[in-house]
Amino acid sequence: MSMPATSDARGVTSARAAPRRRLPGAIWRHRVFYLMLLPGVLWFVVYKYFPMYGVIIAFKEYNLVDGVFASGWADPWYKYFKQFVESPYFGQLLANTFLISFYKLLFGMAPPIVFALLISECRYSRYARFIQTLSYMPHFLSWVVIFGILTAFLSQSSGLVNRYIGEFGGDPVPFLTSTDWFRSILVGSDIWKDIGWGSIIYLAAIAGIDPTLYEAGRVDGASRLRMIWHITLPGIRNVIVLLMILQLGHFLDAGFEQIYVMYNVQVYPVADIIDTWVYRVGLQDLNFSLGSAVGLFKSAIGLVLVLGSNALARRWGGGIW
Amino acid sequence: MVKSSLTEDRVFNTITVVLLAIVGITAVFPLLFVLSMSVTPYAEVLKNGGFIVIPRSVTLEGYRQVLSDDHIPRAFLVTVFITVVGTAINLLLSFLMAYPLSKKTLPGRSLLLMMVLFTMLFSGGMIPTYLIVKATGILNSVWALIVPSAISAFNLLIMKSFVENLPEELFESARVDGAKEWRILFQLVVPLSVPVMLTVGLFYAVQHWNTLLSAIMYVNDRSLYPLQVVLREILVGAESLDLVEAGAKIPSETFKMAAVIISTLPMIIVYPFIQKYFRKGAMLGSVKG
Repeated sequence: MSMPATSDARGVTSARAAPRRRLPGAIWRHRVFYLMLLPGVLWFVVYKYFPMYGVIIAFKEYNLVDGVFASGWADPWYKYFKQFVESPYFGQLLANTFLISFYKLLFGMAPPIVFALLISECRYSRYARFIQTLSYMPHFLSWVVIFGILTAFLSQSSGLVNRYIGEFGGDPVPFLTSTDWFRSILVGSDIWKDIGWGSIIYLAAIAGIDPTLYEAGRVDGASRLRMIWHITLPGIRNVIVLLMILQLGHFLDAGFEQIYVMYNVQVYPVADIIDTWVYRVGLQDLNFSLGSAVGLFKSAIGLVLVLGSNALARRWGGGIW
Repeated sequence: MVKSSLTEDRVFNTITVVLLAIVGITAVFPLLFVLSMSVTPYAEVLKNGGFIVIPRSVTLEGYRQVLSDDHIPRAFLVTVFITVVGTAINLLLSFLMAYPLSKKTLPGRSLLLMMVLFTMLFSGGMIPTYLIVKATGILNSVWALIVPSAISAFNLLIMKSFVENLPEELFESARVDGAKEWRILFQLVVPLSVPVMLTVGLFYAVQHWNTLLSAIMYVNDRSLYPLQVVLREILVGAESLDLVEAGAKIPSETFKMAAVIISTLPMIIVYPFIQKYFRKGAMLGSVKG
């Protein structure tokens, strides 16, 4: 009895000691892999992690001469956050960011789903594939090109729509510089750009639905609309909710590039979002500390939103991490 | 009963086909309209009430103006450069990280993955990133358009999970043959990863072709402006008249539309050939995300 016990004890000790003894060896054996990782890791450290440290200038009186380290602390440390919250822009920026995101979510959710349903219901599969291919195309156009297309149709002086309005005796509508129209144009062009691309994930989800359900439906004499309602939509419900939640995580983004390309001074009251404002205040007016403070404000809330929405998504049955 | 469901089916099919056609036309018509406008003399456009799909008379005047413009040809070259060189750098760095990170035995692997993942959740923001770009000495150079976006964490993770799923036995047998890890990476892993490389490479290339924000943030020198920035200036300058100084020439519609087409031309030409890789990529992205 004593023999196995000792060997057992030895086995345990060696197993315990093993990782400690082997770790430097394991690192040494993998040295070539660390060498491969080096450029990429360095890049992440410099261009992703240094800025996270650099965000301390939000709490400093940053000036170009002293740089990030030597610039003195702001007094009080939350000076620039206070300045932002108390500025007349605060409410407007928050409202614009929030509303534009909200409209994009509200009106942008259904079109890709409807399109995916149409594709999957179409009996002529080659035709459906062809349409599908056409529908992805706008996803790859830049916002500037899309803005160019919009001017061709909506420009006050030369746009197609205004020429028709003129022909019927109406006054030209300044679509692109009007506060009444600007958000609709943002949301509309966003839907146009991504309706096809966004449908891909729904099509994958529809393809994953058990085909016997449809056979059972057919045997019961259910119409195709009824089958969509009772089989297809419940089958992709989880994906729909998941995507909606994930989009909530990026609520404060609202589409910097799109808005930067399309907006102009006339529509600032309805179009200016946090990112566009940070760009103007920080990089155009060179108010680095204020810009950093607002950026940090946005990043921090963004982090909470992403983590929160992901926790929600996981509860719903499938987070992304 | 059977008959009525047949009619219903036929109606349903027709509606589906018609609605799909509407979506398809909506997707391509705007760009076709711009294309027609770019080759039609403006007087002709006005005469036909502005609505032209197939131009009756063709002029290449707009394209001639684009090619002899002060900024566009140069901006085109800048954009081609950042697309080609940028994508090559993207892919090289991504492979160099994806292969080691696919090794489950690598000590510190999960820590490194966490490091990559966290950058997708939180960022220092626009201004601190600008200051780092400045501190690394690439501000106002063409590298400012390439280096700050050298790796996308998202694309890296897509690549890593692809390499992870390559059969380990292949690497083992190569190792038995005495191949060094560098050779395994470039002669085994890279050739086997062509599908994911095409997909990810195309994502990167499109992103470079459409480069706008890094240029407006990091570049002041007009000769380094990429195509999208120059195109935006042309379009905006014409749209808000207060930006056009008195006496400045207002670009013609034909010229503007030709500039739009030139800016998206490579995409239009290669799109039919590459769209199937994009579709695969969207799937990868949505499943692995």
